[in-house]
Amino acid sequence: MEQRWANTWRLTINEKQFIEEALRSEIRVDGRRLYDYRRLTIKFGREDGSSEVQLGETHVMAFVTGQLMQPYRDRPNEGTLAIFTEFSPMADPSFEPGRPGEAAIELGRVIDRGLRESRAVDMESLCVVAGKSVWAIRVDLHIIDNGGNLIDAANIAALAALSTFRRPECSVGGDDSQEIIVHDPEVRDPIPLTIHHFPIAVTFAFFHEGNTLVMDPHYKEEAVSGVRMTVTVNSNGDVCAIQKAGGEGIVSGDVMRCLRIASLKASEMTTKIKEAVETYNAEVALKKVKRHPSLIAQKITVPDVEMKEASFQKTKKLNADMENSPNQTSTSLTITKDRDANASIGRPLNWDPYSSSAPAIVSSSTLPELVGTSKESNEDQMMQRDEEYDPSLKNDQIASATGVSSEFHQQNSPPKSLKDAVKPKHKRKKNAERGAR
Amino acid sequence: MEYVNPLTGLRIDGRRPTEMRHLKGEIGVVSKADGSALFEMGNTRVIAAVYGPREVQNKGQQMNNNEALVRCEYSMANFSTGDRARRPKGDRRSTEISLVIRQTMEACILTKLMPRSQIDIFVQVLQADGGTRSACINAATLALADAGIPMRDIITSCSAGYLCTTPLLDLNYAEDSAGGPDVTVGILAKMDKVTLLQMDAKLPLDTFETVMQLAIEGCKAIAQYIREIMLQNTKQLECRRGS
Repeated sequence: MEQRWANTWRLTINEKQFIEEALRSEIRVDGRRLYDYRRLTIKFGREDGSSEVQLGETHVMAFVTGQLMQPYRDRPNEGTLAIFTEFSPMADPSFEPGRPGEAAIELGRVIDRGLRESRAVDMESLCVVAGKSVWAIRVDLHIIDNGGNLIDAANIAALAALSTFRRPECSVGGDDSQEIIVHDPEVRDPIPLTIHHFPIAVTFAFFHEGNTLVMDPHYKEEAVSGVRMTVTVNSNGDVCAIQKAGGEGIVSGDVMRCLRIASLKASEMTTKIKEAVETYNAEVALKKVKRHPSLIAQKITVPDVEMKEASFQKTKKLNADMENSPNQTSTSLTITKDRDANASIGRPLNWDPYSSSAPAIVSSSTLPELVGTSKESNEDQMMQRDEEYDPSLKNDQIASATGVSSEFHQQNSPPKSLKDAVKPKHKRKKNAERGAR
Repeated sequence: MEYVNPLTGLRIDGRRPTEMRHLKGEIGVVSKADGSALFEMGNTRVIAAVYGPREVQNKGQQMNNNEALVRCEYSMANFSTGDRARRPKGDRRSTEISLVIRQTMEACILTKLMPRSQIDIFVQVLQADGGTRSACINAATLALADAGIPMRDIITSCSAGYLCTTPLLDLNYAEDSAGGPDVTVGILAKMDKVTLLQMDAKLPLDTFETVMQLAIEGCKAIAQYIREIMLQNTKQLECRRGS
């Protein structure tokens, strides 16, 4: 309550009157039209499941984390989703640190209703052992800057973060098949959440006893308006949640009008969020691919320095050959070339009876295949067959190549080179990041 | 589970889909308060007590010198639900409902007539069987009327849902926890304006309109009943005064 009234304190009577009068002629404080949204930017953090949304001046961050916990008694085979809000005092002078105030709780509950009650996030797929262990997903929303319309911005941030969140894969095993093994993200790829639909929150502010309504109210408009209504709709035309907590009365026809306007805006927002998420996923996939050339180069240096030079000459020759082959893809230049080079290394060196590194290279060349380009698959399948025929293969090397999706671990201890000095640092950082989540 | 019997069309407690539960209202149950009321909707029982207008207790909270300050507190008794559980006082659901009730009642109280004063509304749920929010608002209206606080209009509230492809009026706890949509509407009876509107779970747009209209009809019926209660109460007061 104090937060709500504190807004009006800082607005002078002149400002209030001006805003109300201007709205009679459909002019808004920041020059928008009545149903215009401010500029929306969605950014993602380094980790999976963190997002940052800016809607005009409003700035919100969302973080999604998951933990294995006991389910609720009345829903033993469903995971849980909890939303926590933090109204940082730096966002607005009226926000107090400590326990969330009324506005924070209202925001949390509105977003919670939109996501959980409307079954947007699939809860049943989060169950591991029914009645004992389920995934508890926790969404933390931090308000960094309050420029008005926090609910919409926070909702978008929560949706973006949930779309990019990846939970570790776990399987049931152990002696009595009751033990739950959580796989390390470096061993098995983490899994995304199943999101059935995107509930988008759209907030309206009413003025002049419900005669004028604006969308995406600015901070000053919120302070002046008598009443706000938030409708959560999805792009399928369903209403997921409505929150109009008192305030002046509006005619029921106006309610339906707002719902119709909101469903139009919802489809726009959904496309924006999905585009941003896809761009981010593509970037992440690319990053995973780029690491491989350094790995393969490293494995080449394993037994013999001289071998490296010979292999590089051979790669130059074969590069020229490869360029003529029809399998060459032109998309990401350096990456595919490296992979081609490495794939081609396998063949000649395999024929070389003096190379003890042949198994290593053959097995490592299957790594690019696992990252997933269909164009290279024919070649790589041949690589794998060569690998099988070679009896001197070490078991751990095979395991490292075929079992790994995108990460690398060193099974044999090579003679130290400069690259060795660099690599473990990355690995430590990676683990620390995963561990901190 | 079949919430609406396909053969008879009756619900699990024997009501028809558009039938409300039995209503009972009583004024003047808390002698110390300026105004109080007890309201029952089926098995849901709620007591509301109003103190005010009185001097502002906490000067720091008084924001606006031209208007009265309205405070509201919603709490559920430990024995109100099926399993007797200790409820933390400031938990999120209670805070949200307190906020909702306060803003709803503020819409109808003529706060500008009582500047620099405070009106407290305390609502306690004695028995919870679905629709506690609505029962609280109805009880608060009666209590405010009993306290003689000037109001624009009476506010009534009712909930409606949609189960087994049928819009249902006034859900009880079993129907509410079925996971279907639950629409709670609060209207200003004479002005026919919607003050409170809350909804959870998914509904297509057209179905939502039907359900909301049904809830509004329910609110109007409750408003009728509340007016009768207030009339009876006034007649009793007249008798006691001997006029």
